[in-house]
Amino acid sequence: MAISLRYKVTKWKRLVSQASPLPVLVDSVKFVSVCSVRERKFRSAAAAALIAGASVLVAGGSVQAGAPPGLAPPAETAPAAGEVSDVQTLPILMVRQLRPARLPPLSLLDLPPKDEGLAGARLAVEDNNTTGRFLKQNFALELIESEDPAELIAETKKRVEGGIGFIVTDLDAKPTIELADALKGLDAVIFNASAPDENIREEDCRANLKHTAPSRTMLADALAQYLAWKRWGNWVLIIGPSPEDKGLAEAYRRAAQRFGMKVVEEREFKYDPGSRRSDGGFEQIQQQIPTFTQKLPPHDVLIVVDEGELFGDYFPYRTWDAKPVAGTAGLYPTSWHPAIELWGGTQFQNRFKRLAGRNMTPLDYNAWMAVRSIGEAATRKQSVERKTLIDYMLSPDFELAAFKGRKLTYRSWNGQLRQPVVLATGKMHVTVSPQPGFLHQFTELDTLGIDKPETKCRAYQK
Amino acid sequence: MTLLKSTAAIAVLSVTCLLAAGPATAGYKVFVSNEKENTISVIDSEKLEVVHTIKTGNRPRGIILSKDGKWVIVCTSDDNRMQVYDTETYKLVKDLPSGPDPELPILHTSGNPLYVSNEDDNLVTVVDIQKGTIITDIPVGVEPEGMGMSPDGKLLVNTSETTNMAHFITTDGFKNVENILVDNRPRVAEFKSDGSEVWVSAEIGGTVSVIDPAQKKVTHKITFEIQGITKDAIQPVGVRFNQDNSKAFVALGPANRVAVVDAKTYKVEKYILVGQRVWNLGFTPDFKLLFTTNGTSNDVTVIDVASEKPIKSIKTGRYPWGVVSGITPTKAADSGDAK
Repeated sequence: MAISLRYKVTKWKRLVSQASPLPVLVDSVKFVSVCSVRERKFRSAAAAALIAGASVLVAGGSVQAGAPPGLAPPAETAPAAGEVSDVQTLPILMVRQLRPARLPPLSLLDLPPKDEGLAGARLAVEDNNTTGRFLKQNFALELIESEDPAELIAETKKRVEGGIGFIVTDLDAKPTIELADALKGLDAVIFNASAPDENIREEDCRANLKHTAPSRTMLADALAQYLAWKRWGNWVLIIGPSPEDKGLAEAYRRAAQRFGMKVVEEREFKYDPGSRRSDGGFEQIQQQIPTFTQKLPPHDVLIVVDEGELFGDYFPYRTWDAKPVAGTAGLYPTSWHPAIELWGGTQFQNRFKRLAGRNMTPLDYNAWMAVRSIGEAATRKQSVERKTLIDYMLSPDFELAAFKGRKLTYRSWNGQLRQPVVLATGKMHVTVSPQPGFLHQFTELDTLGIDKPETKCRAYQK
Repeated sequence: MTLLKSTAAIAVLSVTCLLAAGPATAGYKVFVSNEKENTISVIDSEKLEVVHTIKTGNRPRGIILSKDGKWVIVCTSDDNRMQVYDTETYKLVKDLPSGPDPELPILHTSGNPLYVSNEDDNLVTVVDIQKGTIITDIPVGVEPEGMGMSPDGKLLVNTSETTNMAHFITTDGFKNVENILVDNRPRVAEFKSDGSEVWVSAEIGGTVSVIDPAQKKVTHKITFEIQGITKDAIQPVGVRFNQDNSKAFVALGPANRVAVVDAKTYKVEKYILVGQRVWNLGFTPDFKLLFTTNGTSNDVTVIDVASEKPIKSIKTGRYPWGVVSGITPTKAADSGDAK
């Protein structure tokens, strides 16, 4: 399935590039038909039979759904003729910024999949449609991707004017805000699945922008709580040179203060990443990292702040002192990990692997949560009407089950999805924050990240 | 502080209740599946201790008895099958087929066939337990879980955890007749023994939906509130009705409590403190004792039903998941030879 999908995208690319002076823009790929054909024909056929044979309960009253068939007519014929007309379709647009200039990761194991994020959205569309079949709702995913944010914004606006109300983005922070501004006043809501930047949730927040990706302060607080629980109170920060690293370092400083930890020293790691794939390299790194970490004051843990993952993984086992490494390398905070089997996660991971043929990344998970939020709202409100769903998602009644052991809700003051944060190593999770004992008057999940009394977001105030 | 206090309370209670019980209930064998240990703990309901441990296949979860009480049937989820053990000899009788990742089985009221939810395949599998063959598969929503059987044997109710529905299926012809939306992550469907209601717990939603199976409508939604426990931690899973259907016991997961609900007014009467992450519940056949599986604390709590008080915690294997009680009293004390 993944292959056929990619083929479709490439084909479109070629078609567009032949016809248009703007070769990068990929036109819409409708996943409706792709997604409805399940891997195992038997399953989809059977599922379709169930729908056809079912009477569907709509908001308290039963609506009979046509003649009862036997157990398994073939999938293709099953969405019976008379029913098609009253199925409501809810289109969702995924907007992907291609970043060819981004450096590849240090480890060959971490090469980003071509459909990262997109595959998560596709799984959520499938999950939505399983429920949707019983409720006569159909979810369809459209995709646009480009290296040029301006193009993406212009195309998204066109689609929104054409009737799409729900957008999931894999964009950097700046274009995310620009997109939100471009859609101002239109009936549309954006789910940011990738950018962790604090400013787009705070001083630069927008009322039409929600975030399923955890913010930098949420991630930093999650790690800080565990280090506090471990009584590893003295931190050294190793900070990369990028603006993103500076933002993340600020989140760690804030977390230290918030949870009674101490940053005993900060060092900036200036480093030219150079080529990733080479025959040699470790010999020099083995010399460089101990030298770099010499003469640090007494500390419990080194926190590596390297959001681009350009050098962080050089630190574990190479530091001058025998100290654990955490942050963006070693023990790291994340919204998802492919080894999580907690809270029914096993079946979720299996479903994803069957669909995408690979492990689920945090970006996939964030996109899944965004599309499932839309599906959940449509299910509960029995509606595909944009305004109804957006209002519901912001109301205290909205809740999302997302394999995190508790319901997830959106913060009413800045549209950030509250969520437990996993602390993991490359292989598996170590713990999940919030940690026991970090209490809150409303929900412990608000001990992670900027809380209501501290927020600088005003766009959500009515 | 509270923990200390409650432990003390349990200790005191256990003494008083044992004294008050007079001629003790006949000892039943209570079977507890231990998800992470790959064992079944056999508890004597009179001695209130583990008398035997059965080594099973991988990841034992849903556990039931055959109608004659001679077999205990357990889903060994990671082996993608079920296993049948003799309740007297504890020997493996045979394996039964299922779909991938079987989770909860239920028997037809006649004793055969068996219906099992396969969490990883959006299917309920119907199995002839005598012949050991699959009769058919019934398609349902994403992550099928809870299984309820109407007392007249005509209706099967399956819940799907990610579709958030209770699917009503006829046992005659396996026709899906209704799909009722409930709150997030439905785990267990339980009929009253008079067939008048089926209750569906929603783990993430934090509610129990009362469904009228005749009209196929949600008639009431039960919510829970416990002082000092955040709403997120109140996660209903196991539901059991007492003998005359006047009361329901609802296990509340990480809230570490079992709620006692008036099954006519739907008012929550009290919360019984048990072990950690309480999921499933099982009565002894005389309905005098209720066993709760406490996953995170590796024990079961024994609740005296008459007084609605916990009387003892019994250490089991790791991550106890399901529980079912034997139907006939034990004849003689077991030797206690583990494994």
